[in-house]
Amino acid sequence: MAVSVTAKSVMQRPRHLLGIESLTAEQITFFLDQAKPFQEFQRHPLKKLATLRGKTVALAFFEPSTRTRISFATAAARLGADTMNLQAESSSLKKGESLIDTVWTLEAMRPDGIVIRHSASGAPDFIARRLEIPVMNAGDGTHEHPTQALLDALTIRDRKGRLENLRVTILGDLLHSRVARSNIHLLSRFGAQFTLCGPAMWLPKELECLAPNIRRVAQIEKALEGADVVMVLRVQSERIHEPPISMDDYILRYQLTPARLRYAEPDAIVLHPGPIIRGLEIDPAVADGPQSCILEQVTNGLAVRMALLFHLVSGAPPDAPHPAKETPA
Amino acid sequence: MRVIEKRQLMAPEEIDRTLQRLAHEIVEKSGGTSNVVLIGVRRRGVPLAQRLAKSIKRSANVEIPVGTLDITLYRDDLSTVASQPVIQANDIPFTVDNRDIVLIDDVLYTGRTARAAMNGLFDLGRPKRIRMLVLIDRGHRELPIEATFIGRTVTTSDSEIIEVRLMEIDNEERVMLVDRVD
Repeated sequence: MAVSVTAKSVMQRPRHLLGIESLTAEQITFFLDQAKPFQEFQRHPLKKLATLRGKTVALAFFEPSTRTRISFATAAARLGADTMNLQAESSSLKKGESLIDTVWTLEAMRPDGIVIRHSASGAPDFIARRLEIPVMNAGDGTHEHPTQALLDALTIRDRKGRLENLRVTILGDLLHSRVARSNIHLLSRFGAQFTLCGPAMWLPKELECLAPNIRRVAQIEKALEGADVVMVLRVQSERIHEPPISMDDYILRYQLTPARLRYAEPDAIVLHPGPIIRGLEIDPAVADGPQSCILEQVTNGLAVRMALLFHLVSGAPPDAPHPAKETPA
Repeated sequence: MRVIEKRQLMAPEEIDRTLQRLAHEIVEKSGGTSNVVLIGVRRRGVPLAQRLAKSIKRSANVEIPVGTLDITLYRDDLSTVASQPVIQANDIPFTVDNRDIVLIDDVLYTGRTARAAMNGLFDLGRPKRIRMLVLIDRGHRELPIEATFIGRTVTTSDSEIIEVRLMEIDNEERVMLVDRVD
């Protein structure tokens, strides 16, 4: 009589998503793979699942956000979850309540997960230490924006057919960009080489410590040479009190134009986290051109966030038993 | 948990014969195959659907469209597990609206997979009819669901498990009755 023992080694599934820096390449690939079925789902005539029915996701946006908040809210809705919305503009924050008091108030309403955006780097980590529920970082200060990096990676993998060993050029305000930091952490897991380009004040030498193979280049044409992926960052006027450069100068020296894009590889793709300001950091002809992935990024954001919510928010507490079988026969 | 193989229920040639018979039944009982599509439930319903389509092609010379359905998002036990099962993509390259669907799985047990699969299909459109085909019906239903096409009915106890092993997935071909022992 044959005896078989069922034992499978299971990758450590993260309980929170606080940043990309703490994830392994395997965990990143897992989330990207799990987003694939949800990409297909966005094309369904009926975009509503009951998978997270009865679950509630708190959306705590302590900093204004349109696209990320709508994307998380739509992802939750399409999975069947309810959302509670806290918006910076209309909340008790204006009345002086502290972060932790606000978060404890939300937790007292028993959500099953919390999505947080905050202007202070480390705020999601701070609350994750104090709450029992999964915490998802929707952007914290100048630290990380992990779901943006995941959706960018999904877009790149779809368009280029791979994530490994890409030459990535990032243009703009590197100093203040959490999008750039998360993307650098993510793509460096897969051997990317980075070229950073922007006004010197936004390009401190310390950025080279983020990952191996990072170089800073002052001139945009040189920076674009041989690039497989071009990431254009938004000029974040809300984070800049003393602009180091006039808008006219910025356009002249750093705007991604069709002529400049020709320095990159012929099949290079262009990403932008949005919102784009046409005619400032990007020429409309590039934004609307065949190499642009800007709208795919938005759709992929939904897929990534649905996969994330499914794996982090559904399910029993972490001490519950692992499913014995993959499907009930 | 350990499991012990108790006995073999089907050898490779029996699986093959059974599928050929089921393929004939689909053609006979469908009143024309022009609207019929086969949808295999991941994982082992998928190779079964493909084999049935091949068999129908051989005997009746018609191409039946084949699709693949993943039911993970429709399971009713997700909130009881700590770590979620991995989701796979559907692969249904045709509309299900007005189609005569034969849903295919290896084993029919509680009926909960069939319920999940039907919910999944409804999200894709409005089929004209859904019937179910299984290689093994092992009883113990927990929902009012029955299969139209059954390879073999097997009486089982609660602790027993039917293991359908197919070349395409398991690198071997047979159906085993196994039992859990503590």
